[in-house]
Amino acid sequence: MSITEIIIISLIKIVIVLGITLITVAYLVYFERKIAAWAQNRIGPNRVGWQGILQPFADVFKLLLKEDIVPERANRIVHAIAPMIALFVAFTTYAVIPIGPNVNIFGYDISLVVADVNMGVLYVLALTSLGVYAITFAGWSSGSKYSLLGGIRSSAQMISYEISMGFSIGGVLLLAESLRPIDIVNSQTNLWNAIVQPIGFITFVVSAFAETNRLPFDLPEAEPELVGGFHTEYSSMKFAGFFLAEYANMVIASAMIVTLYLGGWHLPFEQSLGLSGIWLTVAQIASFFVKMGAMLFFFIWVRWSIPRFRYDQLMNLGWKVMFPLSLINIIWVAAIIMIFN
Amino acid sequence: MSQTSNSLKKRKKDLTFWQKIYIPEIAKGLALTFKNMVRPKFTMEYPEEKFIPPPSYRGRPVLVLEETGEERCVACGLCSRVCPALAIEVQAAETEREKERYPEKFEINMLRCIFCGLCEEVCPEEAIVMSKDYELAFTNREDAIYGKDKLLTPVSQLEDRIEFLRKYK
Ligand code: SF4
Ligand code: SF4
Repeated sequence: MSITEIIIISLIKIVIVLGITLITVAYLVYFERKIAAWAQNRIGPNRVGWQGILQPFADVFKLLLKEDIVPERANRIVHAIAPMIALFVAFTTYAVIPIGPNVNIFGYDISLVVADVNMGVLYVLALTSLGVYAITFAGWSSGSKYSLLGGIRSSAQMISYEISMGFSIGGVLLLAESLRPIDIVNSQTNLWNAIVQPIGFITFVVSAFAETNRLPFDLPEAEPELVGGFHTEYSSMKFAGFFLAEYANMVIASAMIVTLYLGGWHLPFEQSLGLSGIWLTVAQIASFFVKMGAMLFFFIWVRWSIPRFRYDQLMNLGWKVMFPLSLINIIWVAAIIMIFN
Repeated sequence: MSQTSNSLKKRKKDLTFWQKIYIPEIAKGLALTFKNMVRPKFTMEYPEEKFIPPPSYRGRPVLVLEETGEERCVACGLCSRVCPALAIEVQAAETEREKERYPEKFEINMLRCIFCGLCEEVCPEEAIVMSKDYELAFTNREDAIYGKDKLLTPVSQLEDRIEFLRKYK
């Protein structure tokens, strides 16, 4: 492949991935509201379009038309940059997540990932920790005590849970012997990591909830005590930026869980299905999205079931339970490798 | 006292091992929400489907219009006196009919009314009762003052409430 071909193919992939992401995020908001309604025996949005299917667009229009208010005591520049960081982090992370095996289109062998980098997992970890800056900046620059408290909580929480998250990933890396997402997926062809290392799976999922600021760990934006937390002073499209980033982070977290623990695009017993070539690829891509959808449903389902943790409970859980558990997981995986090699 | 509050409160040490590791309890909670997701919904889709209140409901107060086309009110002014929100204004006048008095002007300011039902309770003639009407919307303040034209309601529409009042008042 020549360099121009590579650039064109990458650009096409970027457009597709961004398009899919934006639509997923928009409909995630819609499904969040629907599932919330169902869990509370309500119907949920059903006025805009058939069954409220156009609701996300109505929401975006509403936010676009709102006045953009910047508080007097805010630091204007940082206040404007914070949501951009949040969005940047949320969307660039998709670059390394593979959604399917390599496919052959018009004679080109194309991998279904924007950037097939050999340290993809590290890249995701690095970028998601940058996400803390967005929230901390937002909290600090708003010049309001609620925002500041939200920002501080968020940085403490993210730092604590990043550790157990990193250690849980350690177990996966030991098995795959690579940081490349495609290798990690291929290492789970026969047995998913969630089955081999259930403890790591649980600690990773819990940390992912904390990293995405989802209930039961949504302390940075705890409505009853902090108004809106770090985005109290945001309005209009800046607020929408945070909102989008939050849901985009949820999609990333689900995609990461699927990639690292649920076998990525691999179907269980896919060899015995007897599908050939292109159909197998289609089934694999579909299985990736189905798994991701299931994880997203789980995220929303948990939000409407479990109450919020108190701040000290959150820290206790992070440092005294999740951190040791993720260490145990590493030892467990190491022991498995010792025994079977 | 302290005995009961102690026995009611579950301390961390009273929890069983399975409760302490959270996960089975979380699973139980998730199962409960999931069960609710597939249950029939309570939502009433309002403008298409209207709520019909039971007779005990206190909607906007209305004046009773007899089948003969006469109003029941004798303009005694008790409702106006009792109204805690000072929402009612009555002006009496005389007629040649058997009931000598009638309200020349009867106005309820719906911006003031708090739907307490005291006017209904105090009326000696059962002439003002609470209807089932809860759809009150105005675009300006003048519209919110309901005169006799809007207040007089045929008795046939109010039978539920009158029966309820006779039974429980
Ligand atoms: S319901 Fe209460 S507030 Fe309303 S008019 Fe009657 S007495 Fe006044
Ligand atoms: S509605 Fe009843 S209480 Fe009020 S003035 Fe008429 S008769 Fe008297």
